[in-house]
Amino acid sequence: MANADFEGRAYPANAPYSVGREKIREFASAVGAMHPAHHDLVAARGSGYPDLVAPPTFAVIVAQRAESQYISDPEAQIDFSRVVHADERFTHHRPIVAGDELTTVLHVDRIVSRGPISMVTTRCEIFALPAGAEAPDPEADAPGEPVATVTSTLAIRGEDA
Amino acid sequence: MTRPDIATLAVGDTIGKRTVAFDRAALVRYAGASGDFNPIHWNDKFAESVGLPGVIAHGMLTMGTVVGVVADWAGDPGAVVDYQTRFTKPVEVPNPGTASIEVTGTIGVIDAEAGTVRVDLAVTVDGAKVLGRTQVLVRL
Repeated sequence: MANADFEGRAYPANAPYSVGREKIREFASAVGAMHPAHHDLVAARGSGYPDLVAPPTFAVIVAQRAESQYISDPEAQIDFSRVVHADERFTHHRPIVAGDELTTVLHVDRIVSRGPISMVTTRCEIFALPAGAEAPDPEADAPGEPVATVTSTLAIRGEDA
Repeated sequence: MTRPDIATLAVGDTIGKRTVAFDRAALVRYAGASGDFNPIHWNDKFAESVGLPGVIAHGMLTMGTVVGVVADWAGDPGAVVDYQTRFTKPVEVPNPGTASIEVTGTIGVIDAEAGTVRVDLAVTVDGAKVLGRTQVLVRL
């Protein structure tokens, strides 16, 4: 059963994820997204983007990397082999583009256990670092420009569920 | 690609329909592209050991793929400002063979003042719903 003490916890902004052109192309191909703005720089710029634009669910890469800070913590008591993904939501404050340096603040919003099932809801607030910054500024009010909010619920089945 | 004119749309309109097929190679490709290497998506023995019928598709592969019908209709993938779903039933992927996912997009809400449209996706495999409450908010 997931450790309820983690509810309400927020993690410091993590090491940035560098959004690369080839990763956008690779991810877009894997989900069948063939719009030229994912693949062709001239087309992306023609559509008004500064660089290749990421598909709508690309932020899951960034979010799952941040969520692992919590999920892989033995004290959180989450047996990943018994985890089922229950729901997911992406809210885009602006599209993600190649060249973005993205840092994430992970929040554990909700932990509810009913019988042998625990439901855990996390929220990733994803920010783009200011141009030229290599790491989040710990003194700043916000680590950068808000880019996306990713909310995810996992269901964890207990041993006898 | 041109964006649809919001003034010409009506709630209930179908914006697109498509069928996509996942084979095991598609799951391996998505694992590599996303970094999600959970063995339930590529190892039958492991999947069975945790009570699944066999290898299942990443829910995020299904979610990431079916939104294409909306992005293509909108003419701009960056027009998707909010996208949510519930994973209601795992998609089993046979070996060899494919799982066939049917997607239909319907206009659920139009907010002309905000310039946004909510598209609701119905996503089924063999007639059974695999995603629930799948809503895509698009800025036109």
